[in-house]
Amino acid sequence: MKCKEGPPVLIIRVGDAFCKACFKDYFVHKFRATLGKNRCIFPGEKVLLAFSGGPASSAMVRQVQEGLSRDAAKKLRFKPGIVFVDEGAVCGQDLGKRREVHSQVEMILRATGFPFHLVHLEEVFDLPGSILRSISHNATDDSQSYKEAVDGFIRRQQQQQSERTGDSLPGQLSELSVRCPPGKEAVEVPGPLSVSHTAELTHLFRAVKTLTAKEELLQTLRNHLILHVARTNGYTKVMMGDSCTRVAVKLLANLCLGRGAFLAGDTGFSDSRHGDVLVLRPMREYSAKEIAFYNRLFGVPAVFTPSLDTKVRGAALHRSSPPVPAAQIQRPCSPPPPAPGRPPHYPLISFLYKLQSEFPATISTVYRTGEKLGTTPRDAGGDAEPERCLLCLCHLDTSVVDGSSLQSTLLSEELCRKPPPSAGSGCCGGAPNETGCCRSSPTAGAVPSQAVLFPLLCYSCRLTVKDMTCLEPLPPYVHSEAERRQRRAAMKQEIQEFLLEDDLPAS
Amino acid sequence: MPAPVLCQSCGAGRAALRRPKTGRALCRACFVAAFEAEVHGTIVSARLFQPGETVAVGASGGKDSTVLAHLLRLLNERHGYGLRLLLLSIDEGIAGYRDDSLEAVRRNRGRLGLPLHVLSYQELYGWSMDRIARHVGPKNNCTFCGVFRRQALDRGAALLGADKIATGHNADDVAETVLMNFLRGDVGRLRRCAGILTGGEGTLPRCKPLKHAYEKEIVLYAYFQGLDYFSTECVYAPNAYRGHTRTLLKDLEAVRPSAVADLVHSGERLAVREDVRMPTQGICQRCGYLSSQPLCKACVLLEGLNRGLPRLGIGKPSRLQKALTGAEKPEAGFQEDSEQSSNAVRTIDF
Repeated sequence: MKCKEGPPVLIIRVGDAFCKACFKDYFVHKFRATLGKNRCIFPGEKVLLAFSGGPASSAMVRQVQEGLSRDAAKKLRFKPGIVFVDEGAVCGQDLGKRREVHSQVEMILRATGFPFHLVHLEEVFDLPGSILRSISHNATDDSQSYKEAVDGFIRRQQQQQSERTGDSLPGQLSELSVRCPPGKEAVEVPGPLSVSHTAELTHLFRAVKTLTAKEELLQTLRNHLILHVARTNGYTKVMMGDSCTRVAVKLLANLCLGRGAFLAGDTGFSDSRHGDVLVLRPMREYSAKEIAFYNRLFGVPAVFTPSLDTKVRGAALHRSSPPVPAAQIQRPCSPPPPAPGRPPHYPLISFLYKLQSEFPATISTVYRTGEKLGTTPRDAGGDAEPERCLLCLCHLDTSVVDGSSLQSTLLSEELCRKPPPSAGSGCCGGAPNETGCCRSSPTAGAVPSQAVLFPLLCYSCRLTVKDMTCLEPLPPYVHSEAERRQRRAAMKQEIQEFLLEDDLPAS
Repeated sequence: MPAPVLCQSCGAGRAALRRPKTGRALCRACFVAAFEAEVHGTIVSARLFQPGETVAVGASGGKDSTVLAHLLRLLNERHGYGLRLLLLSIDEGIAGYRDDSLEAVRRNRGRLGLPLHVLSYQELYGWSMDRIARHVGPKNNCTFCGVFRRQALDRGAALLGADKIATGHNADDVAETVLMNFLRGDVGRLRRCAGILTGGEGTLPRCKPLKHAYEKEIVLYAYFQGLDYFSTECVYAPNAYRGHTRTLLKDLEAVRPSAVADLVHSGERLAVREDVRMPTQGICQRCGYLSSQPLCKACVLLEGLNRGLPRLGIGKPSRLQKALTGAEKPEAGFQEDSEQSSNAVRTIDF
């Protein structure tokens, strides 16, 4: 398209044929442009790349490699590290298979030369409760400070360079090794798996009745674990490899899951719900097709890891890693085949791909609709900053607004479960709303019932929890943080009348 | 089933159904009572009506509007809303569909004892839907019909001196609309479509008392109450885009029964970024109806029909708008232009 010389090898948009070199330029440029446009990674900052082995995150890692290997002015200036979460336990892999995947991933990551962290999902059972707190981060005015930071960095770099003039290559190398020592301490390979944790984990997922809720829970736990790795290793940004196609699926899926208020945070370029660690999605402007082509043309390795649904019967609204329609491209120069027929149990994905084949602008339109959404809740119930969901850390969207769907759902539930005659001696009479005192009495012990957890959750996470048969197997950090919040709420209740202001920053 | 399931609400009666909305087994009486109480709850908590108002109920003869009319009359008496209720029907002029459904409305009118008024597209616009469909071809019929009906309801209600219009939109409809507006990227509508009470200055306010009622439950209610309604799909509907989202919603519901309510919740909570440019609502230069453009959609579509260019109002409107408003004296350039575009469309069509 650009050079008008090279032989065209692929067509991304109708009428725009790319030769291999131009496609590469286009692809690389897009990544840098996305980062450049948003100006939120400061030079020298530590950035954690979330690598799943799939095409999008593999392409993302390659982009960072490309960006760091370039010379001088256009070089990316952050320090990357990679995290891989092994979810084999919940995806029905035995230890041998998991080890195999492990060594595959390790080989790929070692080849990047970046420090990396291989963690098992089982480690969620050792997380601290603080993961569920948004740590406020005094965000200084970005645009100003960004410029200063960049200038300062460049000045420092120039100084260093002038100090050791001449041998540019070794100099660069030594600088590299200062940035990311490829020594042993940079590589974190998990110790032997604790068998008991694996059992706990499978127990937890067995307690979840629906595949949709399993997907949601897995995603939540994975995010917590990645956040933990980031916090303990001093990373201040996390990059996720969500592609445009994936963002579109996620938008619709989350819309259907009742996460309407959080769409911007769940899919936007940057997501600040954790406060200190910012989640970025630099791949969100690439379609799955572009990524598939790139990986194929430039030999980006990917690892196949089974996901939750592999060999599982049942249906979920979506899955956390939607299949790539153009994954099996036979001849790179022909346009990829239309989406292969999906098994019927992914209504959303099959719907979107089918619609896309009829109306080719569907995915990009959904993506762009998502762009127009913001995070400010329209009807934030209170005056102070609303509380955050225990699991997804979004601002709670569960204030009962008059005439709202939530109100009506609560009413329906209440009408359908009038106290049966046997339990007639209700202590709270007819007080129906929220967690009535007579409802939580049987399970007043250490085991939290849904009624206890519910007020701490957002609408959508309530649905996930509703799909669990028991809450006991949830990792300890969830329980401990829930208790902490309850204690705080009780404390606040006690001193309510003396408080002049409502919004004490949650410690 | 070995033993009969007992109603989970009264614990005495034998359960007759499992509620789609909550998954609970209820007996007939409890379900009917719960359904009525819920609609009443919606009306009260959302403050849909004020005492003394005249409310025009959009009556198509289908299940939603039949149940709505029945419920409003019932609740109006039971809880003393103090409303004057009217039935308002729009006759689009679709043979084999609307004529039959209007028959059902007439039958119900007798039962409900409410006054009925019928307004037809033919009277209002000089075009019946059948004639429009012959001109437009198999696609986009619902665009015409929907745009015209919306305005027709407003005009009809204004004619009757009503203060409000109540429509039978149910939770499934709202969920579908949320999905559809998302798929089309229509942020302006996306923000409005989940509202239970819309309109205001300029037009009559409209409300959806059945907004939180599942479609399935409306059918169940009609079934248990022995309500008579007309249930044939419109002859032009199979080609509509909405059909895709409707199928999707059914699939989603099969996977997670609360999907409908979840979508409505999402729709209510969607926050549009403040810096996104929203269409500003103005007034149509020709007919005075509410419009975000100089000319309202109905006028554009009608203009297209009358000029023999039925596809005029389909697709990007901005250039046409300019041409149409500037062209009380017809512009030669524009005429040619639209002729060309309609020719182009024709060649693609056939």
